[in-house]
Amino acid sequence: MDLVKLIDYLRDRQKTLIRISYVVLGLLVVFDALFLDKTKAHTWMEMLPGFWSVYGFVACVLIIILSKWYGHLGIMTREDYYDN
Amino acid sequence: MTTDLWIHPAVILAVGALLLPMFKGQARSIFLLVVPILAFGAVLSMNQGTYGIFHYMQWEITFGRVDRLSLVFGYIMTLMCIIGTLYGLHVKDDGQHITAWLYVAGSLGVIFCGDFLSLFLFWEVMAFSSVFLIWYRKTDSSLASGLRYFLVHGFGGVVLLAGIVIHYQNTGDLSFVHLNVAEPNLAIYLILIGFLLNAAVPPLHAWLPDAYGEATVMGAVFMCAFTTKTAVYALARGFAGMEILIPLGVIMALYGVVYAVLENDCRRLLAYHVISQVGYMVAGVGIGTALAINGTVAHAFAHILYKGLLFMGCGAVLHMTGKSKFSDLGGLYKKMPWTFVFTLIGGLSISAFPLFSGFVSKSIIVAASFDEHIYWAAFLLTLASAGTFLHTGLKVPYFIWFGKNNCSQETWEKAKDPSWNMMAAMAIASALCIFIGVYTPYLYNMLPYGITFQPYTMYHLMEVMQILLFTALGFFLLIKKLAPEPTISIDLDWFYRKGSTQFLRFANRPVASTDTAWSEVYRKGGLAGVMGLAKGSSQFDREDIDRVVDGTAYNVLKIGKNINKSQTGNIQEYLGIAVFFALIVAAFVFFI
Repeated sequence: MDLVKLIDYLRDRQKTLIRISYVVLGLLVVFDALFLDKTKAHTWMEMLPGFWSVYGFVACVLIIILSKWYGHLGIMTREDYYDN
Repeated sequence: MTTDLWIHPAVILAVGALLLPMFKGQARSIFLLVVPILAFGAVLSMNQGTYGIFHYMQWEITFGRVDRLSLVFGYIMTLMCIIGTLYGLHVKDDGQHITAWLYVAGSLGVIFCGDFLSLFLFWEVMAFSSVFLIWYRKTDSSLASGLRYFLVHGFGGVVLLAGIVIHYQNTGDLSFVHLNVAEPNLAIYLILIGFLLNAAVPPLHAWLPDAYGEATVMGAVFMCAFTTKTAVYALARGFAGMEILIPLGVIMALYGVVYAVLENDCRRLLAYHVISQVGYMVAGVGIGTALAINGTVAHAFAHILYKGLLFMGCGAVLHMTGKSKFSDLGGLYKKMPWTFVFTLIGGLSISAFPLFSGFVSKSIIVAASFDEHIYWAAFLLTLASAGTFLHTGLKVPYFIWFGKNNCSQETWEKAKDPSWNMMAAMAIASALCIFIGVYTPYLYNMLPYGITFQPYTMYHLMEVMQILLFTALGFFLLIKKLAPEPTISIDLDWFYRKGSTQFLRFANRPVASTDTAWSEVYRKGGLAGVMGLAKGSSQFDREDIDRVVDGTAYNVLKIGKNINKSQTGNIQEYLGIAVFFALIVAAFVFFI
């Protein structure tokens, strides 16, 4: 199956892919900070360089940590909880 | 009786459902595809106007209100019916196809109706027929889950009906038009609650993950598309601009995301993301401007396709391997590569990745809330969209097709890409998701109001790419925290699944102590002749009453459970007959 070969090919080059990803992330922030026309921004906060990058990252981390904290308060329970 | 030649697509599906058992083999497959295509054709050939008006007693009943709002919903629902039926083409159970079509027919009935009376009728047809899509899974847990689903929707139906009756008393009018949301009265609130229950707005949402996780593979594909989106249509029609819907929608969007983090079952995770996505639509209805309603409709349209696609992908995994829990799956890309690609396309679409469908629809709602300066809603909805990508875009594909391989030997051997029809259905849905994302006029020209919105601006692209890619960064940095845990999460269905048992246990005590007290009265105040008897009785009471009553209570519980089981069977039969009669009545009404 060619698709599997393609995925394997990419997996074998995981390190390179990760490096490329970091470069892309960096470029996004640099572009946002230096070149992006922000006349269409809705609020003053968006004028801060890389605002949406920080927002996305913080959102992700908050969602994971707060949800897991909530889940471990007792919301997550054994699978046969409802079986008597 | 009709003002013009106009065929209700619901009639095509209902008649098709009646005739289906007469077809076998190859002819059956062809028939299965032809019927929903005809229904789609009926929607395509519709002109705007009002059709199918009947007078029943003093009421005017309208079956065919065709305007831009109902047309776009009719279009996507019949289209999804084609895709869903193709996906389930291999399913030998005629019953699943029949109930699925009746369910779609019920949705279409609601979409095109012009009065509350027929709305209620079709609303109930949806609940009656869709419950079979759970029961056809034929496991004990799906039987119980279906019963809960049915009872919850029965409750919602009663509330809706009460609202309709009071509304009629107040106004003398049954036409289903925009309600007075500026000064809502009891009737309007009751109708709203009926709609909100079907839209799965917390705290009336717990039926959704419960049902969609237990439904058949094909059933879930249908269910995820119709119930909530019909409710969104009804809200958009009747409640546009009702401000309380904005916070409710935002809460929904976030609630679904939180529970999706905790979920171990991929179909339940997707179900929680239905709640999250419908939250955007509910918020859009609450904002209520032309742009926001356009966004709501566009997002419902895109959502039906990508959510159907996601349920098809995860359903294919369940169908092939028998597993739907992340803690039983992993590393499957070697075995089911195409299912992976299709599911990924669904995931990128729901995550609103540029060039995928969600990007061109979700953006409208967020833009509408920015335009109205409702910044908190706009920012929180954006936060929820990071959560969407985190789960449906990353967690689902990663933990099923990559990640740690938790598959048993058996699971691994069974896993492979599914049959051609399932693949074709997923391919079509994937193609549409990309087409909608790339060629915006296709969707935008169908929207109820004129639109000049342009999602592909440099600023918006940069905003979305930053949010999504930095979410991905967070995902890979915290991936250990997200590793699947074999647990279930308690949601508000606890109150009717567990709460009743707890209540009984609690109620046992007063019952027992009343009994003891009564014996005491009897012993002390009783006649001398029976004193001895009373003494014995009270002694017996004092020593054994707690145990006996508890035992009795538990026996009653046990009997109740058995009754439950046999009743479930009865209710199924009863429902089957009821649906059958409803069909005949409908056929009678339309043809004579």
